[in-house]
Amino acid sequence: MTELRLLVRQIRYENRAFWRNPAAAFFTFAFPLIFMFVFNAIFGGQAMGSGQSAAAFFTPAIVCFSIVNACYTNLAMSVSLARDEGILKRIMGTPLPAWIYLMARIGQSVLIGLVLVAIVSAFGAIAYGVPVPWGRLPELVLVLAIGSACFCALGLAVSGLIPNARAAPAVVNATILPLLFISDVFIPLQDDNTLARIGSVFPVRHLAEALQSIWTPDFSGALDPIHLLWLLGWAIAGLALAMRTFSWDPRV
Amino acid sequence: MAAIDVHGLRKSYGDVEAVAGIDLTVADGEVFALLGPNGAGKTTTVEILEGYRPRTAGDVSVLGFDPARRDRKMRERIGIVLQSAGVEAYLTVAEVVDLYRGYYPHPRDRDELLALVGLEDRPRARVGTLSGGQRRRLDVAVGLAGDPDLVFLDEPTTGFDPGARRHAWEVVRGLAALGKTILLTTHFMDEAQVLADRLAVMVGGRIVAEGTLGEIVARGSQETTIRFRLPSVAPALPGDLPAQREDGGAWEIRTADPVRVLHRLTGWAIDTGVDLLDLAASKPTLEDTYLALTGQAPERAEPSPA
Repeated sequence: MTELRLLVRQIRYENRAFWRNPAAAFFTFAFPLIFMFVFNAIFGGQAMGSGQSAAAFFTPAIVCFSIVNACYTNLAMSVSLARDEGILKRIMGTPLPAWIYLMARIGQSVLIGLVLVAIVSAFGAIAYGVPVPWGRLPELVLVLAIGSACFCALGLAVSGLIPNARAAPAVVNATILPLLFISDVFIPLQDDNTLARIGSVFPVRHLAEALQSIWTPDFSGALDPIHLLWLLGWAIAGLALAMRTFSWDPRV
Repeated sequence: MAAIDVHGLRKSYGDVEAVAGIDLTVADGEVFALLGPNGAGKTTTVEILEGYRPRTAGDVSVLGFDPARRDRKMRERIGIVLQSAGVEAYLTVAEVVDLYRGYYPHPRDRDELLALVGLEDRPRARVGTLSGGQRRRLDVAVGLAGDPDLVFLDEPTTGFDPGARRHAWEVVRGLAALGKTILLTTHFMDEAQVLADRLAVMVGGRIVAEGTLGEIVARGSQETTIRFRLPSVAPALPGDLPAQREDGGAWEIRTADPVRVLHRLTGWAIDTGVDLLDLAASKPTLEDTYLALTGQAPERAEPSPA
């Protein structure tokens, strides 16, 4: 019980610090919403690859981007920064168990991700008439849970690979931006496209496809469990890598 | 029971031995200073005691715990002030102190902590807006948040101006008066002199001297240094005076028998009518003792063959 109270308390403080940091709040939170607006403005009215409208495509696509952004990008950057500023080391010297601190950071990231998902869904429904898939809520929760776990694990893993906090934006963006382009997030690709095939090896495309199948216009799209298996596989790989690369010592 | 007990502590990184077998005992309620130049192994030693690093060999007990096991109970009773460690820049001073207080079973009162380090008038300031000195004070407040029995202070005044140093010393003295055990590292002899009950001097991973300041100074060189200048035109000094020329052109004689040497020198000066400018004789200072112990004294040239 005390552990749970410590965790909730830690999340509250992390959250407060997050919202007061203009860069974190902007790039993590405002970015997906801006992208959604811009993509809809550019592609609005056009039919996308599979015949659906731009809005119908970009709503689940930006839901995917929100999770990736909050869990992977935000977590990797903020943890490597906290490491190099010595915050992690300081925490290690207190009685707070390390796992509570890390779970708090993960929990705060997932929370931001979920709030974004809610806003994007609502924005899609109100501004572009893309209905919220209420009927498939259990599946959506499952996909979001596995997806966030996967990208949090990968975010922690990559934070351990980042040589120092100054290199964090470069490393994080270099690893994630190309994937966002070849994974049906920013641009829909035909399934037989070579880049799409390459994208299929990585987790972003599987989260995007899983979300697309939930957001199909009549909500009849079947959720292919293979996407969840890929995400789980990457989650385990990410966790294994994080346990090897993670360190509390500042690298300056 | 001793607060800290260390026997045969070693720490190697590959072939490099950062700590090469040291023994150390810090009694309950004592202020102990670990003194030494950069790279002497002070921080490595302290980080092993704090539980940050595993050791290669030796026995270590901190408040009865083995720090390598990273016991939560031990961390509840120690306070660590690291050389440089950040805190969330977007939280306020009061929020940071409260955040850390929440980790401990018996935290110290927040206002008391802020008053102790002299930040009582800035509780609502964002950490990011504090000056370097204020950040350091916040470090100390956070380190003391759990009302620890044992406090580690790693170079608490490095980079401070004289006023800030004096204030930091007051804080440490205040802690000592509360009966806390304090282990501090420093490379300032005067800091150790002002604060510590006992100290150990560490060089190259070894302890080269340990005890009270008086004991260490007494064990060091007792040679008196005699300094003087000669006019630009002067006869050579007598050959039996072990004088040597310093960089500034002054002459220096180190001797355990200052009375005899001064007699010989002044006798020579009177006989030859040479003026001994700026003549002074001095006992070794703390700084001299420290420099001699740490091998940082300037290399002495062979006595000049006059």
